[in-house]
Amino acid sequence: MDFTVSVLLGTFLLSIGALFIFIWSMSKGLFGDGVAAATEIFEPSELGMVEDPAATQAQKGRLQQAMRPSMDANQSMTVEDADSRVRADRSTSLVVGVCLTLAVIWLVLASFAGLISSIKLHSPDWWVQFEWLTFGRIRPIHLNLIGYGWCSLAGIGVAIWMIPRLLKTELVGAQYALLGGALWSIGVTAGIVAIATGHSDGLEWLEFPWQIDILLVVGGALVGFPLWLTLLQRKVKHLYVSVWYIAAGLLWFPILFLVANWPGLHFGVQEATMNWWFGHNVLGLWFTPLGLAASYYFIPKVLGKPIHSYNLSLLGFWSLAFFYSQVGGHHLIGGPVPSWLVTISIVQSMMMIIPVFAVAVNQHMTVLGNFRALNHSPTLRFIVLGAMMYTAASVQGSLEALRAVNAVTHFTHYTVAHAHLGLYGFFTMVMFGSIYFIMPRVMNWEWPYPKLISLHFWLVLVGFGIYFIWLTIGGWFQGLAMLDENTTFMQSVALTLPYLEARSIGGALMTLGHLVFALHFFAMGWKFGPKRLGATLLGTAWMTRLLGKGATA
Amino acid sequence: MSAGKSFWEMDELRLISGAMVILGLATGLLVVMPYLLLENVEPPAGLKAYSTQQLAGRQVYIANGCVYCHSQQPRDIKLAPDAKRGWGRASVAGDYAYDTPHLLGTMRTGPDLLNIGARQPSVDWHLGHLYQPRAYTPGSTMPPYAFLFEVRQGEAKPGEKVVNLPPSLAKPGQVVIAKPEALALVDYLISLDRTYPALAPLPVKQPASSKEQP
Repeated sequence: MDFTVSVLLGTFLLSIGALFIFIWSMSKGLFGDGVAAATEIFEPSELGMVEDPAATQAQKGRLQQAMRPSMDANQSMTVEDADSRVRADRSTSLVVGVCLTLAVIWLVLASFAGLISSIKLHSPDWWVQFEWLTFGRIRPIHLNLIGYGWCSLAGIGVAIWMIPRLLKTELVGAQYALLGGALWSIGVTAGIVAIATGHSDGLEWLEFPWQIDILLVVGGALVGFPLWLTLLQRKVKHLYVSVWYIAAGLLWFPILFLVANWPGLHFGVQEATMNWWFGHNVLGLWFTPLGLAASYYFIPKVLGKPIHSYNLSLLGFWSLAFFYSQVGGHHLIGGPVPSWLVTISIVQSMMMIIPVFAVAVNQHMTVLGNFRALNHSPTLRFIVLGAMMYTAASVQGSLEALRAVNAVTHFTHYTVAHAHLGLYGFFTMVMFGSIYFIMPRVMNWEWPYPKLISLHFWLVLVGFGIYFIWLTIGGWFQGLAMLDENTTFMQSVALTLPYLEARSIGGALMTLGHLVFALHFFAMGWKFGPKRLGATLLGTAWMTRLLGKGATA
Repeated sequence: MSAGKSFWEMDELRLISGAMVILGLATGLLVVMPYLLLENVEPPAGLKAYSTQQLAGRQVYIANGCVYCHSQQPRDIKLAPDAKRGWGRASVAGDYAYDTPHLLGTMRTGPDLLNIGARQPSVDWHLGHLYQPRAYTPGSTMPPYAFLFEVRQGEAKPGEKVVNLPPSLAKPGQVVIAKPEALALVDYLISLDRTYPALAPLPVKQPASSKEQP
């Protein structure tokens, strides 16, 4: 049989076959006890009790009212449960604090790099005297600071913090993660210097020279150690959804990065297919699993209510891994690559609707009917917004892979807007929410100025709204202009200018939001603000353990 | 299945092996298969290998991130009117036989450059355009690369390449000298010329199979 046809047919039959086995076993109830597995993140005394350390006491009261008024928000779990929870949180506080602090610093630097890049696109004669500030260097600096600095370290920090809570035991081997995080950060710093001084590898997402990549491979692998060591000690019967995503992500990343950066292995067009195998997998098999792990934990945790369907999450996980890992070729539609490869990627991009639908139904059904809770929980506001953007970004991504749409959007700013919907709208929003939840536990200190959380939220939401909407429209028009042979190329450049200026305004608001966030983060780090260590933490049982009797603030 | 553990119950072993098998499958499809198919692609007869100077220029292209605005992959006329813009025929795998790292690109903030050497073979044009793009292409959003040049009051030394600027940019008593990086970059840009006829896209043994492109 023809080679192309057999590859396509084989992949197709494999996908469909796996899907049918899956649906069949689901209908036969072979998935086991979904309810027990879904409630694994709660202590028995905790179901129905809301939790949001980022909320003020009044907010938390209203949140509990919105969810289950019969329970008292200040009622607490049993002393034993609270005690083990406190020890679990304490076992991660140092390493998580370090990772998240570094992540926030990278975020601020990356925001400025992004804003400078954005302005340079419509004002090309601005700030041109320095080599390292030229667009072709500051843009990859922005991407790498965001990808490997902010997103990766925030994702790692949040994942490590969740591990003991998911496995109900203290973190084992935190020092490996600390060492891994340090190597990783040294790698990011060195990589940024390499790009700034003109030593880029030249591949998008893979700019760091291979000597520096070793630090990220070793660091990434070391960060996974505490998970494997803690898994050996686990006290839970079922592994919760978030554990699968974290474990798979921590395994996948070092392998992806190692294969992609192996010196002298890749060549010519093959390197292009590898480039987008990596470029899409770093999103699908690294950031997305970490982001979904966080939203699968925090949405039910804040609401005090288990996820809608455990079986759907199982379907979502395996289909995400299978389909997402094969979509990279859609970046090369119309390029000089084998056509079967592009076709497979387009088909699998459409199949991505399955995992996206599974996650969307699962997470949104959990929130459905409780939307009022978003008013009262700062954590939930960011995370639910992020989960919605995940659905939007994924559906948009599937459509963009279709040849007819791709012909317009490929090579334009539309794609840039889409990339930000995924990595910013989804991932970064989920990380903001997670950090707001986590940091009070890490620091034993509440967020000093709750109003700044709202300010941060609205600045980044409005800023990103402007960014995404205008850049999407501008990019689409740019693509149409480039497809029209009667329009000169320079017209396609000129028409984007007002949209690019709008993007700079949106980007400036986002940067401002990040400054507010960083300021608040460090204000908490230095324990500014009124001492309100109280009920918004773990409740009275925990307070009693920590501060002795009669301590109610 | 009654003993608590179901077939689908996630445990560490299933998770790790499943995750690895799936990654292996994707790597096989998107990395290993293209590797095997493309490793024996011969450079087309019309394609010259880069000279040392051109390779140095290619490094300048990489260092300054030209790839973030310029693609090097004209698309087929059925997909986009790239050929009608003078960007050349749809490229084939053999066109990139000497291109490591690849510079296919993902953006067209600027035009495709795979055949820029055929379109614009003038060294003076390229040097001046790199020094100030808007003096040559009104409305261009390309940054000026002043750091690839040395501006000096007085005369150029022997052996130095003086950039011939248009009257709007030239200042009396001042010379603009192209640094070696600028000369190498221009040498590379002018070498970008894939206007020779393309071979079949993939010299794979496919008896009597239909091929999409001639």
